[in-house]
Amino acid sequence: MSFTSKVVQLVLLEARLEWKNKQSITALLIYSLASIFVTYLAFQQTIDLTTWNSLFWLIMLFASTNAIAKSFLQDSKGLQLYYYSMLSPKQLILAKIIYNLILLGGLSLINFFIFQIVFPINIDQLGQYLLSILLGSIGLSTVLTMVAGIVSKANNNAALLAILGFPLLFPLLSIIIQCSMNAINGFDWMVNQQLFIVLISLNLITVLLSYLLFPYLWRE
Amino acid sequence: MDSFTKNKIARAWWWKIIAIICLIYTCYYGFIGNVPSMVVLHETIRNLYFHVTMWMAMMLMMLINAIYSIKYLSSLNKYDDLVAEESGKMAMVFSAAGLITGMVWANYTWGAPWTNDPQLNGTAATILMYAAYFILRNAIPDENKKAKIAGVYAIFAFVMMFVFIMVIPKMYNSLHPGKGGNPGFNKYDLDSDMRMVFYPAVIGWCLLGTWLMSLKVRIRRIKEITEEN
Repeated sequence: MSFTSKVVQLVLLEARLEWKNKQSITALLIYSLASIFVTYLAFQQTIDLTTWNSLFWLIMLFASTNAIAKSFLQDSKGLQLYYYSMLSPKQLILAKIIYNLILLGGLSLINFFIFQIVFPINIDQLGQYLLSILLGSIGLSTVLTMVAGIVSKANNNAALLAILGFPLLFPLLSIIIQCSMNAINGFDWMVNQQLFIVLISLNLITVLLSYLLFPYLWRE
Repeated sequence: MDSFTKNKIARAWWWKIIAIICLIYTCYYGFIGNVPSMVVLHETIRNLYFHVTMWMAMMLMMLINAIYSIKYLSSLNKYDDLVAEESGKMAMVFSAAGLITGMVWANYTWGAPWTNDPQLNGTAATILMYAAYFILRNAIPDENKKAKIAGVYAIFAFVMMFVFIMVIPKMYNSLHPGKGGNPGFNKYDLDSDMRMVFYPAVIGWCLLGTWLMSLKVRIRRIKEITEEN
């Protein structure tokens, strides 16, 4: 099988495993629903645009940390050995990143709609906002998947993912919050273009780094 | 055998003499030398020799940390990892020193020790990253596994740190002198008197950091050898 078809197969396998055991995906949805409801109760609808945007990305940050924490944990020792004999580490990390990207992309869209229901606001440049959600999901899934790979080799300590992952996410989050804030305020595409270019190149760098560095983690 | 402690440069004395001379020179002319009078900054411009140079030394230590992490991953020589670990520690020391000198200065120049400035945020993130690096190191008991995983994290962290300190501040206005229209010492108005102190100061602090780091590596190495016998 070629490189790409193996990656696609692995993504499908991950999705099927997730679907078979629906409780983790349900737990994820309830986690983000509960956090949105807590913010709703705490802020009582008195919320301005900047707070709306920051809260959305904060909830996304915690929900995606929660979602990705188990991405290497749930693989049993046997499954890992099977992967080891069947795949190259580069295929494995790409498949995990793509699968987590689909998961986070879906999760962020659901979060976005629920957020719009409980705190309805008017987003001037909806297309730009959705693009920033997509780019944000790519960045979050790449960095956190890579860090989850690191944590899985370090005694699987759950708190370690947040400690190691959050500092690496600061540059991404600071740009993405700026970018999506501009979209809410209805800035023209020309104004926001530079931020999107920086964001895309940042994502490219993180994907490339994970792709190059993961084989060193895998080889034990 | 490792490359660093057997390295003649690490044992040579000439660059340590240069470091001492540069630092004595900096401490003397840093307070005595002529400085241009500028609004807002006035005499506090002398902090250039003691604050900005800390960041330069910190960047050098982080660069060494990243280079030796890459070297470790390709060679699996555990002394490369030793250098990476000790340079990471020195980077933390210099970042703390840079932060303290900067906060004291900012308290009198900007009126507050901490402002929402992209460079300050980048620094805070960097310190957290390297703190996380040491937490990761302590979480893994096995020596080889620790070195390999920490190396991977260090390379990842270095690239992110570079983006956060070098790229993002360029996109926003900063309160720092010479940025966002503030008076300052960029290459057009750093006058020649200050240059004469600033460049030796950079060299002196960077060499001091390298010296301290190489001493710590050699102490660790002696301990390992005595424990083996």
